[in-house]
Amino acid sequence: MIIGLDVGGTHTDGVLIGNGCILRQVKVATDTCNLFDCVCACLDKITRDVPPQAIRRAVLSTTLTTNSIAEGKLENIGVVVSAGPGIDPANYRIGNHYYCVSGSIDHRGREVQPLKEREIEEIADIFLAENIRRAAVISKFSVRNPGHELQMARILARSCDIVVPGHSLSATLNFPRRIATAWLSAAVHPVHKMFFEAVRESLKSKGFEIPIYVLKADGGTMSFEASLHTPEQTIFSGPAASVLGALPFASSTGDTLVLDIGGTTTDIAVFVDRTPLLEPIGGEVAGRRTLVRALNTRSIPVGGDSCVEVIDGDLRIGPHRHGPAMAYGGSHPTPTDALFVLGKALNGNVEAARRGLSPVARQLEISIEDTANLILDLACKKIIRAAREMIEQINRKPVYTVKELLSGYKINPVEILTLGGPAPFFAPRLEKLTGISTCAVPQWHVANAIGAAMAKNTSEVTLFADTQRGLALAPEEEFSQPVGKNFDRKAALSMACELLRAKCMKAGASESEIDLEVVEDYQFNMIRDFSTVGRNIRVRVQTRPGLIPECRDLAQSMFNCCVLPDCLETVNSEPEKLITHHSSLVTSH
Amino acid sequence: MLSSSDKIGLVFFPAFDWAIDPTHPEREERLLYTQDQVFEEGIFDIEGIVEFKPDIATAEDIRRVHFCVPDERSVTTESHLISAGGAKKIGSEVLERNISRGFALVRPPGHHAMRVVHGTRGFCNINIEAIMIEYLRQAYGVDRVAIVDTDCHHGDGTQDIYWHDPDTLFISVHQDGRTLYPGTGFTSETGGPAAAGTTINLPLPPHTSEEGFLYALDNAILPILEEFKPQLIINSAGQDNHYSDPITDMHFSAQGYAELTSRLKPHIAVLEGGYSIESALPYMNVGIILALAGMDYSRISEPDYDPDSLRQGPEISRKIEKVVQESLKVWKQGADIRHNNCRESKLFSRERHIFYDTDRLVEIQKETLRTCPECAGLLTIDSQTDRGRRILAVHIPRKACKLCRQAGYQVYDSTGMEGYFRIFLQDRTSDEYFVKK
Repeated sequence: MIIGLDVGGTHTDGVLIGNGCILRQVKVATDTCNLFDCVCACLDKITRDVPPQAIRRAVLSTTLTTNSIAEGKLENIGVVVSAGPGIDPANYRIGNHYYCVSGSIDHRGREVQPLKEREIEEIADIFLAENIRRAAVISKFSVRNPGHELQMARILARSCDIVVPGHSLSATLNFPRRIATAWLSAAVHPVHKMFFEAVRESLKSKGFEIPIYVLKADGGTMSFEASLHTPEQTIFSGPAASVLGALPFASSTGDTLVLDIGGTTTDIAVFVDRTPLLEPIGGEVAGRRTLVRALNTRSIPVGGDSCVEVIDGDLRIGPHRHGPAMAYGGSHPTPTDALFVLGKALNGNVEAARRGLSPVARQLEISIEDTANLILDLACKKIIRAAREMIEQINRKPVYTVKELLSGYKINPVEILTLGGPAPFFAPRLEKLTGISTCAVPQWHVANAIGAAMAKNTSEVTLFADTQRGLALAPEEEFSQPVGKNFDRKAALSMACELLRAKCMKAGASESEIDLEVVEDYQFNMIRDFSTVGRNIRVRVQTRPGLIPECRDLAQSMFNCCVLPDCLETVNSEPEKLITHHSSLVTSH
Repeated sequence: MLSSSDKIGLVFFPAFDWAIDPTHPEREERLLYTQDQVFEEGIFDIEGIVEFKPDIATAEDIRRVHFCVPDERSVTTESHLISAGGAKKIGSEVLERNISRGFALVRPPGHHAMRVVHGTRGFCNINIEAIMIEYLRQAYGVDRVAIVDTDCHHGDGTQDIYWHDPDTLFISVHQDGRTLYPGTGFTSETGGPAAAGTTINLPLPPHTSEEGFLYALDNAILPILEEFKPQLIINSAGQDNHYSDPITDMHFSAQGYAELTSRLKPHIAVLEGGYSIESALPYMNVGIILALAGMDYSRISEPDYDPDSLRQGPEISRKIEKVVQESLKVWKQGADIRHNNCRESKLFSRERHIFYDTDRLVEIQKETLRTCPECAGLLTIDSQTDRGRRILAVHIPRKACKLCRQAGYQVYDSTGMEGYFRIFLQDRTSDEYFVKK
């Protein structure tokens, strides 16, 4: 059996999966002030009366690190940056302890100007005096030559407990993002570590010595132990859980648009070939662009609880949420109230919903029912417009070879999958407005927790080789090896695959999850004065986001046999907030 | 997040899978290190800098500019169409006012491609700036355009295409033709009879440094532009004036190039040559992008940049001053010459040998312009190569008068195929193109 747990902004969802079925599902209110108790409560309920040895793993997706960044609760982090010529690194200042030092490395990884150790020693003294115990060190082109970062880390280790060197987090070339990413990594490290250690201890005390996995922003999992080296990858895993939850139901013959319609926002994602698309470079966290591999999702402020109002005769939805729908005791009308008015939602105060919509209807001079339809249509149209913009943007993504430009694959969804609270009610409307076959994901209300439970490991290795310099380098793996003149792309690929396999195993992947894929594969002959002096090779291999093999057939069984009353248990601290649990409401095709 | 003061657009198309041949300067590796530098500097994350995918130029786009022998397909590869399409894309975005300036970082280059194309010259097959400009004229009604070619080699192709067009000012600043391919671009080359003074050449002596380039810019290029009043300024941004370039002898730098860009303020820059792919291009391109975006470029420099060792001698400065004086004279006298030549309809012709270095072809060309008081006049070109393939090409200019247009069709219709492999008619008034076989 597998435990999946997803901490959302409002609810924390947990599922227990086994024998191709959801054995148990749990929903508790999220208490942002005490995430640990909330997670433990949820885990307690899921594991009640379950024999410890029956559970193979637990996958957790939390908003812990995301919250700590948003709340600015992070301790002081020292940042030391060595840039050399180029854009002034002062532009990338982050935090109150940001220092720019000498030293420079060029694009081939050659040292242009050495570091001045004295400068860094002085900074180490300052950190010691100011009690700055964690630091990030970043140098330009460190992914081509990590020497300067390692040297800085060595010196700062005198005064800091943790020093994160930028090259260890990503091999992608982007100095400003490397600074932000290393800072994030150093910043969230203790919060992440403390939290998961506590969760592990708590489970252990109840006899559950099970491997704990953490969901990453790219929809993959990694073991808790591996996550300690790259905790920044767990930031913003919320959308990933839901997206993964929709994956088993995606078409294998065309592109899929995924809409997670929540209370405040709707998250949009795209599957191509049953694989969620990733951000080209990395995700954005708290307004900072990073190198953290992340699913390509877009969030718009339209959801079931978005505030509905009329301004200058125009109907408006969102962007704000002023508490729950009026049907649930809120103070402002919402799209959820519209559902109640139309008799689509149960277990709420229909009269309150009508009361909420009636001033809106008066202002628009139409009936309450027409108003409700108008509200839902407008919400759907807003979501569709945002999805179209997102797809257009993905299709505009530049490519750098003639072959790719001419082949020019363009995303064109053949189906829409919806999940989240109002998913089944929005589905027919979305289908009517787009003409694209739309259905709600079975178990849409806990699809996020299911997604977390089923997610497989993702890893990536980038290998760079320069045979003129006689070097192969995989910066994230702290791997470097001398290579001869005959080292070529093929050798580089097999070297990268070997590194990737090792990385996957280290991150807790089982052999059957490892499904290697080449994502970048370039070899350039380096010509100087009309003769070849070496090869410049860049390869990138990965395992893409997806489901662990044992869950690949879950889709069918979830359609067929999931809601067995005897094994289904819903523990709900806010029962009035759930619209319904009957799978018969799912529109399926 | 860093943001630019002007919203600018970039097309970056390094064509990582295309080369003239494996060891040719125009090979896959050319923009590799530029890409690395641009990515590492996080250029595409700067708020206000947008990256666009290139368009693919069509045969129609090429036919507004060239006479391709035997046809467009035979003298281009997809890579040429993407390169021209990249320039076209940037041009459209500027004209649509989505961006205020743009830079097409594309390859292969195009400024040695002349109006008649029998093959490849100086790594160029089709003229990507001219294809862009004529597209913009067609699609957006742009009229007056200035091209400032700062490639180290004389932009003889662009010069040829706009030789007879008084609405296109072509200024080329380059290494003296006596010391470098293609061996042209002297101050005495001033434009055809109806467009005299709208071709300006500034041949600079070898070892010209920042000081010399900026002197020519401030004292010739900018004042002439000021008087010409173009609606669009295009920079053919070749980068082989760099001190580390392997096939030229100039002493320009990334700092100098950024400064030049910031003073010239082109609407559109298009990459041309530049083959110091490791030591110059990465830094020059970052410098140009920042300068276009109105951002601080003062910290951009090559690892081995030493302005003192690159300073030009007084002899060079004197030569440059002289070239600048001559070019100003060309510009000032141009209007009168044009006026005189066009007072009544007269025939002017010139005969030339054109060498296609890359394809080892020699073209023999006779060009005849019938001037006209009403328009730029009717142009006919009789051309053949040392391998045969004689063609006749008739060009009716964009703003041709009714009579010149009729005369053009008459030449095309009445000339028999005897001795000709192809006869072409390019009617820019109606954007039509005809071929007789």
